Amino acid sequence: MMTFGGGYTIVPLIREEFAHKEKLIRDDEMLELIALSQTAPGPIAVSTALLTGYKLKGRRGAIVGIVAAILPPLIIISILYYFYTWFAANFWVRAALRGMSGAISAIMVVAVYDLAKASLKEHKLFSAIILIAAFLTSTFTSINTGLIILALALVGIVAFRYVPKEKKP
Amino acid sequence: MTMLRLFIAFLEVGAFAFGGGYAVLPLIERVIVHRYGWLTMTEMTDVVSISQVTPGPIALNAATFVGMRVAGIPGAVIASVATVLPQAILLFLFGIFFFREKRSATIEHAFMSLRPGVAGLIAASTVSIFIASAFLSTSPVVMDPLVLVALAVVLILRIRRANIFPLVFLGAGIGLIGGLVEYLTQT
Repeated sequence: MMTFGGGYTIVPLIREEFAHKEKLIRDDEMLELIALSQTAPGPIAVSTALLTGYKLKGRRGAIVGIVAAILPPLIIISILYYFYTWFAANFWVRAALRGMSGAISAIMVVAVYDLAKASLKEHKLFSAIILIAAFLTSTFTSINTGLIILALALVGIVAFRYVPKEKKP
Repeated sequence: MTMLRLFIAFLEVGAFAFGGGYAVLPLIERVIVHRYGWLTMTEMTDVVSISQVTPGPIALNAATFVGMRVAGIPGAVIASVATVLPQAILLFLFGIFFFREKRSATIEHAFMSLRPGVAGLIAASTVSIFIASAFLSTSPVVMDPLVLVALAVVLILRIRRANIFPLVFLGAGIGLIGGLVEYLTQT
């Protein structure tokens, strides 16, 4: 529901609900869900909600996830429909929103830090190179995220075919 | 007939909306404004403005808005369902494939690269929203409190795992105070 400012803002929310409070999803699993979300069209927040539901409770969970993801915008926009011009231009609404997006971007920084740490647990050097490469590609080129995901998957498949399996302690 | 056209139009938006956020705007515009003429270009801009001040993905906001315009609340529901249907079907199939107990070595290898890669992608998106909210604010008065909020929230979250909702409301409160300062200095 509180997904302002781009689809990824759903990530800290899901982590708070299902990783911190209930310990149902680990950070590395969270990254896998987001990777899969990017391969489908449509809003990332909706895809991530569906997959989180699927991961936790199977098909029924997926349906709950997707319904829960579309209800808030459906209800809010249906109500705002009648006075949207006043609302979108309102000075106080905009002021509150600026503060909220500041808070959300800070929350995102923390989430990204934790996720990056989780993703660097195994194969540290390889993972670090991939992380930085993905960051730079996304920041400085306009290559479609779906294509980046596809390329990342291929790199992994090719690279680890020739690398011996890391022993788990 | 209207309902069917609404359904098909947003099925198309949902099926081809790759990239998320503002990347889907040209697609929505082509289908909704130019092909069906359900919204004027000005109304389309209004939908984008509402999306900036409400939660939820822009494609779903547009679906609800156009649905309301064309056929009231049932229209809003039909358009929203149509928007998420393609991704729902695809991800259901993925779910069957990827969430099995035992995954093949190839899929496991792909994920070994995808996990850090996705962390990098989210980092890129975070940096850009952080810059947008902290430094590109149009108001010089609000900018400083915003940066303070951002840093304070980072600290609070790192020290003890604070809940997200109170922090967001705290942000709203500080934004309103910033607005008040701006209002008073301008009058």
